[in-house]
Amino acid sequence: MRGKAWKFGDNVSTDLIAPGRYYHLRSNLPELAKHCLEDADPNFAANVKPGDFVVGGRNFGLGSSREHAPVIIKMAGAGAVLAESFARIFYRNAVNVGLPVVECDTSQIDARDELDIDVAAGVVRNLTRGTAITFHPLEEAMRRILEDGGLVEHIKKHGGFAIS
Amino acid sequence: MGLTLAEKILSINLAREVHAGDFAVFTVNLCLLQDGTGPLAVRQFKKLGFSKVFDPKSVVIFLDHAAPSPKSELSNDHMLLREFARETGSVLSDVGDGVCHQVMSQYYTSPGDVLIGADSHTVTGGALASFATGMGSTDVAVGMGLGKTWLKVPATTRIVAEGDLPVGVYSKDIILHVIGTLGADGATYMSLEFGGGTIDRMAMSSRLVLANMAVEAGAKVGLVASDALTQKYLVQYDRGAAYREIRPDSDATYASVLEIDSAKLEPLVACPHTVDNVKSVREVAGTKLDQVMIGSCTNGRLDDLAVAALILRGKIRHVNTRLVVVPASRRVFMEAVEAGYVKTLLEAGAVIMPPGCASCCGVHGGILGDGEVCLATTNRNFLGRMGNPKSFVYLSSPATAAASAIKGEITDPREVL
Repeated sequence: MRGKAWKFGDNVSTDLIAPGRYYHLRSNLPELAKHCLEDADPNFAANVKPGDFVVGGRNFGLGSSREHAPVIIKMAGAGAVLAESFARIFYRNAVNVGLPVVECDTSQIDARDELDIDVAAGVVRNLTRGTAITFHPLEEAMRRILEDGGLVEHIKKHGGFAIS
Repeated sequence: MGLTLAEKILSINLAREVHAGDFAVFTVNLCLLQDGTGPLAVRQFKKLGFSKVFDPKSVVIFLDHAAPSPKSELSNDHMLLREFARETGSVLSDVGDGVCHQVMSQYYTSPGDVLIGADSHTVTGGALASFATGMGSTDVAVGMGLGKTWLKVPATTRIVAEGDLPVGVYSKDIILHVIGTLGADGATYMSLEFGGGTIDRMAMSSRLVLANMAVEAGAKVGLVASDALTQKYLVQYDRGAAYREIRPDSDATYASVLEIDSAKLEPLVACPHTVDNVKSVREVAGTKLDQVMIGSCTNGRLDDLAVAALILRGKIRHVNTRLVVVPASRRVFMEAVEAGYVKTLLEAGAVIMPPGCASCCGVHGGILGDGEVCLATTNRNFLGRMGNPKSFVYLSSPATAAASAIKGEITDPREVL
């Protein structure tokens, strides 16, 4: 996966990703995706290119369980979310909807840096800086779900959970 | 090796001993959907090829976040959920019945249950010694279809509170202290287990506050052991038979322990725009308020309306400060009417909203204007949470909120108690 970094700070809440004032758009995801992260960066949704990356700091995705948050990040075009740490429900939801999440040292990434992510090798290469950041792979259970393309596909493929 | 409360409940579920770090597939006892996450869950349920839920009486669908609906799109979502409840025989808790977590606690959640809800504050049920945890729509859709979910058994931080709370200090102040101490990610992936003399003597209405906000420190569950007070609560809702005692072992292994001297606590607030930005009321006293909101799954229970009524009796809200009160459930509303609290609050200038989430999640019922400041008894103050990214939200106990409504600024409730 290769793309440009969109940099955000610590504690990006699901209210920032999918604001409550657009609650009525939750059954209209393409429209909701136009407002993705708009209170954090009003330029994001209109300018993100397919394959770009959302890069956060600590505790990315804290707050509500709204799965719409990772869904619209994916619909907006992002190929993965990178953060120093993730809130639990967002992390699980992202895997369930097939959006790769990478927990790594994002202090080494600036806005607009060109990144190349090798999920299998566990390396983020910062092509702009010429550096490499290693990361721990997903837990086995989540890796299996992500590799199947998300939880719906995982369950349909195996007829139940096949996580170990 | 002794077990924590989380390990105890999950070991009962699996009928074999599990420990922190273990992965397993567990039996789901209860599922919760609400009107914000439910429509997506229903679509995923159908995409998964399911037509029947694992146990219709154990799947509860709530219309509470937009209740009554302020927009046609949300009315259509409500229609979809009502139709799904009809098709599958699931339980429907319709507009006006109350906030999901309050209604679940009253009528459905029991000690030992594994409860998965498509709402992060599902953790509220941990006050009844239920492994109650928030998940996304797809996880709950799978839970509704299979009656199963996968979990990693969490490690535990034990919170031990000893001593009596001073006048004007409540469980809300304890949990704000905990979140301020641990940080918004201080308990990520973990169980917070509340114990000690303060908790042992605490009414269920206050224990529910602790469990409800465990997620604001990142926790997967916030648990309290079940005891005679749990039993009393269940009996109150004609569910005495659901009681079972579940306690952690005295030699359980904890990742960490946080000790609290309850007598030394004081009224606290969470300041904009994170819940762990906790200060004492003294530090921010005098902050002007455009709105005070008393309600939510955190602090919209009868005891909360009682303390608000006690403080507001014979007083009137400040002319510049709107006072919005939202009972957490129909039952709470009826009991508050019978007790005279509603009359007292109306005489004090309050607007009473129907039971539900109201402005807490930014949908309707008291959205703030640009630059406006609100003190709410809710659980989140993120930028934009109450519907306007240009507004400011502080969080407090109902007593602090009521005292502040009178003065029109953040006020220490001990001034009026």
